[in-house]
Amino acid sequence: MATKGKDLGETLLAVEAIGLSFGGVTALAEVSFDIREHEIRAIIGPNGAGKSSMLNVINGFYQPQQGRITYRGRTRRTMRPHQAAAEGIARTFQNIALFKGMSTLDNIMTGRSIRMRRNILWQALYWGPARTEDLEHRAVVERIIDFLEIQAIRKTPVGRLPYGLQKRVELGRALAMEPTLLLLDEPMAGMNVEEKEDMSRFILDVNEEFGTTIALIEHDMGVVMDISDRIVVLDYGRKIADGAPDAVRHDPGVIDAYLGATHD
Amino acid sequence: MDMLYAVFIAPFVDMASDPVFLAEVVIGGLLTGIMYSLVALGFVLIFKASGVFNFAQGVMVLFAALTLVGLMERGVPVWLALVLTVAAMVLLAYAIEWLMLRHLINQDEIILFMATIGLSFVLQGLGEMMWGSNVKPLDIGIPDRSFELWGILLNEFDLFAAAVGAVMVAVLAVFFHYTRIGRALRAVADDHQAAMSVGIPLKTIWIIVWSVAGFVGLVAGIMWGAKSGVQFSLSLIALKALPVLMLGGFTSIPGAILGGLIIGVGEKVAEIYWGPLIGGAIENWFAYVLALTFLVFRPQGLFGERIIERV
Amino acid sequence: MFYREAGQFKTTYGADQAVFPIAQDRWFVAIVAVIAFVVVPLVASEYILQAVLIPFLVFAMAAIGLNLLTGYAGQVSLGTGGFMAVGGYMTYKITTNIPDINIIVVFLIAGLIAAGVGLLFGIPSLRIKGFYLAVATLAAQFFLGWLFNKVGWFYNDNPSGTITAPPRTLFGVTVTGPEAVAEARYLVSLTIVVVGAMIAKNLVRGRIGRSWMAVRDMDIAAEIIGIRPYRAKLLAFAVSSFYCGVAGAMMVFLWLGSAETLAFDIFVSFNVLFMIIIGGLGSILGSLLGAAFITVMPVALTNIPPLLGIEIPIDLQKNIEVILFGSMIIFFLIVEPRGFARLWQITKEKLRLWPFPY
Repeated sequence: MATKGKDLGETLLAVEAIGLSFGGVTALAEVSFDIREHEIRAIIGPNGAGKSSMLNVINGFYQPQQGRITYRGRTRRTMRPHQAAAEGIARTFQNIALFKGMSTLDNIMTGRSIRMRRNILWQALYWGPARTEDLEHRAVVERIIDFLEIQAIRKTPVGRLPYGLQKRVELGRALAMEPTLLLLDEPMAGMNVEEKEDMSRFILDVNEEFGTTIALIEHDMGVVMDISDRIVVLDYGRKIADGAPDAVRHDPGVIDAYLGATHD
Repeated sequence: MDMLYAVFIAPFVDMASDPVFLAEVVIGGLLTGIMYSLVALGFVLIFKASGVFNFAQGVMVLFAALTLVGLMERGVPVWLALVLTVAAMVLLAYAIEWLMLRHLINQDEIILFMATIGLSFVLQGLGEMMWGSNVKPLDIGIPDRSFELWGILLNEFDLFAAAVGAVMVAVLAVFFHYTRIGRALRAVADDHQAAMSVGIPLKTIWIIVWSVAGFVGLVAGIMWGAKSGVQFSLSLIALKALPVLMLGGFTSIPGAILGGLIIGVGEKVAEIYWGPLIGGAIENWFAYVLALTFLVFRPQGLFGERIIERV
Repeated sequence: MFYREAGQFKTTYGADQAVFPIAQDRWFVAIVAVIAFVVVPLVASEYILQAVLIPFLVFAMAAIGLNLLTGYAGQVSLGTGGFMAVGGYMTYKITTNIPDINIIVVFLIAGLIAAGVGLLFGIPSLRIKGFYLAVATLAAQFFLGWLFNKVGWFYNDNPSGTITAPPRTLFGVTVTGPEAVAEARYLVSLTIVVVGAMIAKNLVRGRIGRSWMAVRDMDIAAEIIGIRPYRAKLLAFAVSSFYCGVAGAMMVFLWLGSAETLAFDIFVSFNVLFMIIIGGLGSILGSLLGAAFITVMPVALTNIPPLLGIEIPIDLQKNIEVILFGSMIIFFLIVEPRGFARLWQITKEKLRLWPFPY
């Protein structure tokens, strides 16, 4: 259970009047909400509501046509993904974007890339500064591997892992970036009850121990109500509710959206 | 200053001063272009239908031509030789499907591509082993005569080849778009497994496509071979078709046509008017650089499908 | 049971990340090194050196280069011959104009120039991917082939268009030119390849190798974790071309003695590509194994039938070679797309149990 009355910080991220369309299709329209530091913010809504697009906008993968994003006090219209990464935004994907040709360990090590400095000449030599740096980061990654309880599969190529473990490895890679804001796109999709419990536990631990702010898209309402501090509800690209779990749960507009009442 | 003049002004002055010659160069380029398109079509067919970039297409052209000429040399009458060669290409398609394609279903496209490179080697060795490696003349009854039309020098054979090319291209375009089999081919190109699950017989489709590509290769082989003799360098024509594909998009028939024409004309014009400036023989690479420059601005070619990456 | 890791525990991450973490591997490599550096020059015949070992080393270098670009970074390149040509011709140009520079240094400079050229031709990789890129690299192949043929400056305007390696010495021993003995050329090549392979191995097991593999596997995801795909690709082109350039220099100066653009044509590009496919994409060891296989095969085909008493006419032999090549490519792609390197790995795993069946 998310602790009520948790000490939430300042606004970490605010999106204002975001509008995004592809060709003739509007994915997002006039969406505004904020995310406070240390909170777990859920983004929910029926399929096609634009939730993944919203995450893609936040981490710079899509550039919105309208609106602004304010992150850590800086406002901007667009951002490139690697800039987002450098500023502490990490994410996982619905369809798992792991590097299938590499092992678990290597995948998570790639998450340390932004923090690796040694240039090509040191790398070619390896012995000396490059090696020291590599080993330091390996130690960090091993801590993450311990945390996620995936020691046994550290050398396995991720393409061979079952779906649930792949999702965990992907989480590990995002954690390796030591993010300030962690965006999780359906982290529990396709998991059974036990796996979901494990994943929930990890998410809560990350939030509690490291204070990482988390925005997550999730369909399992039980999980959402349990672990989130506040919820944003999207439908057809628009925000239809925003607030504490209880308030959202009883909001008539939200109930309509999910039950499919006719829209005019 | 001189250099600038030579590159940017002089060639155009040359062109304007002798428009008849310019017309001849352009027409020559167009005619060659159609021939490139014909070879490129074979690629497009296979790529559209099986998602395989068949590097061996050029060698298939050579192989088909070699078989035809080889049979004719042994006294087989032309019509029978044609029938037998077509049969041989169909048999080849069966063999390719059985020995190679079926084992590589849903592999990475790079793997398939490299397999076709291997295939090109096998076919080449086989062809030369069976029919020998001398240059063979091929006579199909159309004279290689030039004549004048409105003051422009034209070649009978080139015109005939272009006409044949144009007809084939039109037939194939119609086939793809308006027939049931054409649709099935497009489905297969999209996703092997999905197509199978809808009941499209993958194996049959592949055999059809590779046979048709073989037939297209045969026609191209006849045209090119009659012009300059059937020999190994015929397989290198395929390398010329690649810039055509780059320009037109790998999956587009109109792209192959337009691309072929553009490359054909571009190459000829560049060689005649700019070639002498830098030593000549720029035909070797000009097509590639042209296509490359174009691709930088439009990565999918003229009509190719935009590769939308979704995460 | 001889090849067991039991009892060999790693107590530090450093030990775990070593290139040869298993003791038996280290012994094996040490023995191979001794054989290569000491035994071979003493016992190998001139023919074996010139026809098998030195070309193997030349192509091993090129194969490592191409594998870095295609196997690790996922950028298919058909321009290997062109980049090798840059190395060969630039070495010639520099050393004929400034004969006093140590020839190895000249190799390295030529390699850097090749790296620059590779970088240039890698620029389109920002927008162009997959096959389109492979075909675009052909632009490099054909343009460079034409350049070194037509522009006399590169071959000092000599009428035949060939470049010939002038005699150069290293530590007092003649290593290039007609007077250089095969043993000397072999040892220099061997040293270059060993150093090159070590550096390549270092690159691929660290940050740079991981960024290449990330770009290969999913370049969008790579961007999102902070890797810059474009930079990684350009770096891959540059490093790969460096290796190919040095290989080209080796080809002219340490193997053939002289060359013209035909020695760097598109079939060379294909050959090197085959080497890395058969040897194993994404594996340094694979590059070496593939180079060995493709270098040895034609020699074996020429020499074995007469040994067995079978006479094969030369053109038939050529055809058989070509058919065999192609068939092996297809065979390998079907059976083990990951090449000899993977087979080697499997063998090692089986060795763990040998001679016990379970």
